[in-house]
Amino acid sequence: MSSSAFAEPQRYLAARIRWRPVEIAFWLATLLPFVLTPNYLVLASQIAITALFALSLDLILGYAGIVSLGHAAYFGFASYTAGLIAKWGWGEPLSGLVIAATAAGLLGYLTSFIIARFRHLALIMITLGLGLLLAEAANSASWLTGGADGLQGVRMWKLFGLFEFDLYGTVAYTYSLVVLFAAFLVARRLINSPFGLALRGIRENAVRMPAIGAPSPAHIRKIYTIAAVMAGVAGALLAQTTETVSLETLSFQRSADVLVILILGGAGRLYGGLVGAIIYMVARDQFSGINPQYWYFWIGTLLVAVVIFLPNGILGGLARLKPFARRSA
Amino acid sequence: MSTPALSTRGLDKSFGSLVVAKDIALDLPPGERYALIGPNGAGKTTLINLMTGMLKPDSGRILLGADEITALGPEQRVKRGLVRTFQINTLFPHLNALEAVTLAVCERRGYAGTWWRKLSAYADAVDEAHAILLSLGLAASCTRPTRELAYGQQRLLEIALALATRPKVLLLDEPAAGVPQGESAELFVVLANLSRDIAVLFIEHDMNVVFRFASRIIVMVGGRILTEGTPQEIAADARVREVYLGRTRHG
Repeated sequence: MSSSAFAEPQRYLAARIRWRPVEIAFWLATLLPFVLTPNYLVLASQIAITALFALSLDLILGYAGIVSLGHAAYFGFASYTAGLIAKWGWGEPLSGLVIAATAAGLLGYLTSFIIARFRHLALIMITLGLGLLLAEAANSASWLTGGADGLQGVRMWKLFGLFEFDLYGTVAYTYSLVVLFAAFLVARRLINSPFGLALRGIRENAVRMPAIGAPSPAHIRKIYTIAAVMAGVAGALLAQTTETVSLETLSFQRSADVLVILILGGAGRLYGGLVGAIIYMVARDQFSGINPQYWYFWIGTLLVAVVIFLPNGILGGLARLKPFARRSA
Repeated sequence: MSTPALSTRGLDKSFGSLVVAKDIALDLPPGERYALIGPNGAGKTTLINLMTGMLKPDSGRILLGADEITALGPEQRVKRGLVRTFQINTLFPHLNALEAVTLAVCERRGYAGTWWRKLSAYADAVDEAHAILLSLGLAASCTRPTRELAYGQQRLLEIALALATRPKVLLLDEPAAGVPQGESAELFVVLANLSRDIAVLFIEHDMNVVFRFASRIIVMVGGRILTEGTPQEIAADARVREVYLGRTRHG
């Protein structure tokens, strides 16, 4: 980062957000499962959905510094919404996705008024509480959600009226991947916008923000709503591609997992949630194959090792190896 | 006399039985440089917190120009031109100086809510931020993360962030605090060159700085204003010597 080439500061800023070859390589590599592991496309689809969920958490945690232990609330709420719409006779995937994401966004907007008033430990407790609240509500409303048995009878129509969701997951992965990429483009634009800069300001110093005239609570409400929509898209994708919804979509476990995934990959790095999701989901698949009962032992080991040796996550560690690789944050 | 840029009337604040501000009334005329001095714990920073809205007064009024701002939140006061800096650096450690100042400019210009356009598309904001950094001698290191800047540069960045909001009234909380002798010259040049459109109230312990920059001095002790006057009057005031300057005799 030499400051000599600095006649035009906005050119410097533009250069920082240019697409790098490694990014293009990453997205091309997401097509490899179609060729290399065609029997694992169902898993690949789940990874893409989890990556999208982690990306939505990254927007609030990694960029705005809002810690959440209840992010599954929006994921699960949209999951049930998408599932119920299809169950009640409207199985068109894309409109279902939009409706479910909007529902999650509304829930996110309403809760954001509480979220914007708190920070740190209080925020963890509040998000945890909201998540548990919704999970229990879904559990008790078994006439609607199917309770512990899960939501049955979800039937999706063909995508665009052409592509049926198949057992091999070809359509499911294609669908999830395209939606993930579209959401990623939105997230990438967002973090490189003036609003994205303001979010990083909140993360870096919440005390200074009002002193430069920044309405932090309004910023927080906005990003929290956007993140809820994105989590909702992920939840709806899961309901649509698996044609069932379980209480697990709302569980504390899912909220905790996505936090682990993001920290594993590297928060505040845009690709952190994506890389974390790939490693976590593949590791879970492999470890549970070897030792189904104790696979969390290995996940725990991995997490402790990463936090000790790579405090900024796997991507943070990689960035250190390459000193001139700028932080994408 | 024209309307003061900033004034307070009867400001009171206590934390339990501890009175930190008692009946504070002061007027800061437009374009003037006033110093706020007093021993540690006199309530100087508390007064800045009250005026900028970071603390709510128990009673009293704060006026910016002719407008009462007592009920406004801190960021609304900044929007109206009442801006502060911090005694302890309150910066954005992982943002570089260009980003930090651009952020402040974007907030002022109303760009900061836009999430669908690139930051680099707002050339006017970026150029303005760069110009501010240039005028403060920070342009050469403006792409380094804030936490890597020298301490003196961080003190300058404190002021740069405040200037990016286009203040009418600037409250500087010990701008030179902790700056080593070798780095203080740049800071004093910046302070001396602050636009005369800005009224400045600054807290300072270094009497050389106070006498160099202030046209009037307000002395606070125990949450009250003890006295106010020109530097000559304050230097000659026996009570001030006793409670404040006199302290140095005892170490």
